[in-house]
Amino acid sequence: MAAFFRWLRGKFVVIAGLLTLAYLLLPNIVVTVFSFNKPKGRFNYAWQDFSLDAWKDPCGVADMCGSLSLSLQIAFWATIGATLLGTMIAFALVRYRFRARGAVSSLIFLPMAMPEVVMAASLLTLFLNMGAQLGFWTILIAHIMFCLSFVVTAVKARVMSMDPRLEQAAQDLYAGPVQTFLRVTLPIAAPGIAAGALLAFALSFDDFIITNFNAGSTVTFPMFVWGSAQRGTPVQINVIGTAMFLVAVLLVLGGMIVSKRRSKQAK
Amino acid sequence: MTTTLTEAPPAKEPETAPRKPRKRGRLVPYWLLLPGILWLVVFFALPLVYQASTSVQTGSLEDGFKVTWHFATYWDALSDYYPQFLRSVMYAGAATILCLLLGYPLAYLIAFRAGRWRNLILVLVIAPFFTSFLIRTLAWKTILADGGPLVGALNSLHVLDVTSWLGWTEGDRVLATPLAVICGLTYNFLPFMILPLYTSLERIDGRLHEAAGDLYAKPSTTFRKVTFPLSMPGVVSGTLLTFIPAAGDYVNADLLGSTDTRMVGNVIQTQFLRVLDYPTAAALSFILMAAILVMVTVYIRKSGTEDLV
Repeated sequence: MAAFFRWLRGKFVVIAGLLTLAYLLLPNIVVTVFSFNKPKGRFNYAWQDFSLDAWKDPCGVADMCGSLSLSLQIAFWATIGATLLGTMIAFALVRYRFRARGAVSSLIFLPMAMPEVVMAASLLTLFLNMGAQLGFWTILIAHIMFCLSFVVTAVKARVMSMDPRLEQAAQDLYAGPVQTFLRVTLPIAAPGIAAGALLAFALSFDDFIITNFNAGSTVTFPMFVWGSAQRGTPVQINVIGTAMFLVAVLLVLGGMIVSKRRSKQAK
Repeated sequence: MTTTLTEAPPAKEPETAPRKPRKRGRLVPYWLLLPGILWLVVFFALPLVYQASTSVQTGSLEDGFKVTWHFATYWDALSDYYPQFLRSVMYAGAATILCLLLGYPLAYLIAFRAGRWRNLILVLVIAPFFTSFLIRTLAWKTILADGGPLVGALNSLHVLDVTSWLGWTEGDRVLATPLAVICGLTYNFLPFMILPLYTSLERIDGRLHEAAGDLYAKPSTTFRKVTFPLSMPGVVSGTLLTFIPAAGDYVNADLLGSTDTRMVGNVIQTQFLRVLDYPTAAALSFILMAAILVMVTVYIRKSGTEDLV
């Protein structure tokens, strides 16, 4: 038994960890492989023939690229809105002691602890009662709402680990409050704000459940994919999926290399 | 919290010049909070109030709905749909346990064993977030397809005989069975388990492991007595981040399951968007919310990590 556990600690972690990683990446591999498929029928579920058709003409499916651009626009504005509002809340929570601090914290926490379908349904109830026209604006409102808490959490973590003496030092050197904020506080908080923004973008761009309830007849990219699952998925969807994965990997790796270089220079 | 606040007076800096008027300064946090909190109140809290009122309404689409304090809707919803509720809790619970079992080794690997591969593995865990999760869930349809290589292999290993006997699969197929839905849920929420686990494991001081070893603790004992207890905050937040969304999910049950695997999310979605029975849908989502809040509270109390939230 002891030998088993020694072996468990020695090799098991690596093997099991890599198997989990494989489980996580398997669908992405399948998506990539099937982006080169030439399906015979409407459904792209069985491998038929190698072809580059879908890659040559990624927008060859009606409405798909339109929904993609709509999703990008919504994600862009939702990121701006949630990051702005969330950063302000995070600063208020970390930097100031005030009444109702606990209530504010729980109001921030609750949206993350609630199943999406509950938020989606209740928001739809509100919109129906208000007689609001479902579409771009209701989606944007909903996305800012559920991204907000995640931004607050990300920024808060960064600002909390920040040494307040740095700001005091800046003020001792006769920097005004605005100057202190722009030249000291903001640069230090920037990685947290960036992480929050990135998270908000990914969450908004990928959201299906809340959008499904509050979009009316507006079709975002996830909703297009959902609809196509019933009608038959075009190969181009796999092309977009593969491209998004590659862009994400390159962006994050690029960001890591840049920050590594910077920290080396700082040393 | 409040006691320490009143005991410790706000630190004064006697040497600095008099500051700007105090009243203005005291309002700053409220101005910072106002827009975001207003947003959450109007588009998060207020909708819940509207939904509460909807759940006690009666009426029809043609004549309109009126608040009649018809609490029987809750009872009807519960008695009509308790199988779906039960299924949601069971599937989400199974997915959470699987996520913990699968995610822990990977989080441990990234935190302690990955070396210079650490960043690459982290990127590979996060990057799928940016590929639409619907596309990836659809890919599971290909992976689990009837007569596909995976199902064929499981069949020849007689795994499917066992799982069919347990009621997780049916005959020689995986798609449209509970196993497929749990597999999809596990897959979809696994990163939500790995990342908190990794964060809490990474914070552990490596010297504690050395100290345990110096005190003749076996690696397994070190794990049981040092590593795992110290990673508890990650375990708790990871399980919550997996269980809550999984219990409300309807995408996996819809794409990978059948009518026999419908979860409560599917019922809410159908009632709200197709049947247009708003009171029942509202009651269902309130029951789901209450059930999850109760379970989460009990769980947080039991695990003794109340300061986490």
